[in-house]
Amino acid sequence: MTTQNSKVRLATTWFGGCAGCHMSFLDLDERLIDVLGLVDIVFGPVVDIKKFPDNVDVTLIEGAVANSDHVKEAREIRRKSKIVISFGDCAVTGNVPAMRNALKIDDVLTAVYAEGPGKSPPSGELLDIMPVLLPKVLPVHQVIPVDLYLPGCPPNPDRIFAAVAALLKGEPVTLPEEMRSFG
Amino acid sequence: MSVVTLTIDEKLVSAQAGKTVLDAAREAGIDIPTLCHLEGLTPRGGCRLCLVEMEGNPRLLASCVTQVQEGMIIRTHTERIVKYRKMMIELLLAERNHVCAVCVMNGHCELQAMAAKLGVDHVRYDYLNPALAMDASHERNVRDPNRCILCARCVRVCDEVEGAHCLDMMGRGIHCNVITGMNQPWGKAKSCTACGKCVQVCPTGALFKQGATVAEMEKQHDFLIWILDGRDKKIWHWSRQ
Repeated sequence: MTTQNSKVRLATTWFGGCAGCHMSFLDLDERLIDVLGLVDIVFGPVVDIKKFPDNVDVTLIEGAVANSDHVKEAREIRRKSKIVISFGDCAVTGNVPAMRNALKIDDVLTAVYAEGPGKSPPSGELLDIMPVLLPKVLPVHQVIPVDLYLPGCPPNPDRIFAAVAALLKGEPVTLPEEMRSFG
Repeated sequence: MSVVTLTIDEKLVSAQAGKTVLDAAREAGIDIPTLCHLEGLTPRGGCRLCLVEMEGNPRLLASCVTQVQEGMIIRTHTERIVKYRKMMIELLLAERNHVCAVCVMNGHCELQAMAAKLGVDHVRYDYLNPALAMDASHERNVRDPNRCILCARCVRVCDEVEGAHCLDMMGRGIHCNVITGMNQPWGKAKSCTACGKCVQVCPTGALFKQGATVAEMEKQHDFLIWILDGRDKKIWHWSRQ
C-alpha cells in the first residue's frame, strides 16, 4: 500500500469536466498540509508528470469519459491503481458533458468548430491526432470498475476530506446522507 | 369509526379502518419513503417507493393505496425492499436527463434528496438521454420534461384542487409524458388558469417559474393543506417564505 517513505501514492486525473473538482480539492486549504504529509501526489493536473506511474494506491478521476483517449487512460489507470474513485458528478453520472448525448456527434462538432464565430480550425489532418469523440459520454463506471463514488458538482472540500481521511486510515468510506447528494 | 390493529415492523399499530398502510405507519413514526404521494391529493401508487411486504402475500404492495386490515403484518424496510427502492431511484435518474448541477431545483429537489437518503451514489443502468423539448410558451411557468418523474402531482392538483384539468398524461411506458391543454403548447392552453399550483407541488425541476435559473427554484406544497382544510385546522393565513 505504501512506498519506502510510507506515504500513500495518490494520483488524480481530469477527463471530460471543468476542473472544478480539482479546484475543490485545492480548497481543502490548510487541511492540504495534513493530507500531503500522508500522501505523495504521483500524477495529475497539479503535478508535472507525463506518464501514469505504476503501483498507485488511490486514483481520483474527475470528469466523464468523452473520447477515445479517456477510455485508454481509464483502462491504464485501472490496471495500475489499487483503488479508483469517481470524483464528482461528471465521473459519477456524465453530468453536463453528457448533455450532448441526445445530439449527433457530427452536429456537435459542426456547431462548435464550423458554425461558431471566427475562422474554423483546419480539419482533415487533425483527425489523425485528435482523440475520437465517443458516440455517448459515459460515466467512468461504465468503462472500468470503480471502487468508490464521490458525487457533487463539485464535491465540496468536506466531502473530499471525509473520503480521503477515511481511506488513509484504512476505514471503509461511508459518507453521511448530506455528503452524498448529486449536484 | 372502527379501529383495526396491525403489525408494522414488529410494532403493534392501531389505525382507523379505511386508512392506508402508509398513513398508519407515518402516524406510528415509521418512515416510508415516497415521491408521488402528497398530502391533500388522491394517492396514486405511481412511484412505487412506498412498497412494503405483507406476510402471506407474495406480491409487494404500494402502501399509499393499500388499506389497513385487521391482523396485517407489514414490513417496510426488508433487504429486498431497500434494494428495490434504490433500483427505482436509479431507473428514474436513468430514464430522463436529471442533470442536478444545472437544474433550477438543485439543492431543493425531492428526487435529489431521496437519492442521497437511500444511498444512491451512482446509477448502474445505461442513461437513456432522451431528446425532450422544454415548453416555455406559458407566460408564468415552464415545463421541462427532462426532469419529470411522472409522479402526476401536477395533473392531480390541476384536476382535483384547481378544477381546471389542463394538465394530463399522454402515451404509455417510455413514451409517457405530461401534456398541457390536450397536447398544445402551454401558452396556448385555454384551460390553464395560471394558478401555479402545479409548479408548487412538482417535486423536481420539471415545472418551474419563468426566469428561475440554477438552484433558484424552491417550492412549498403546504399551501395545499391551507386551501383544502385550512378552516378545520384554523390556518387562516399562508404566506410564502
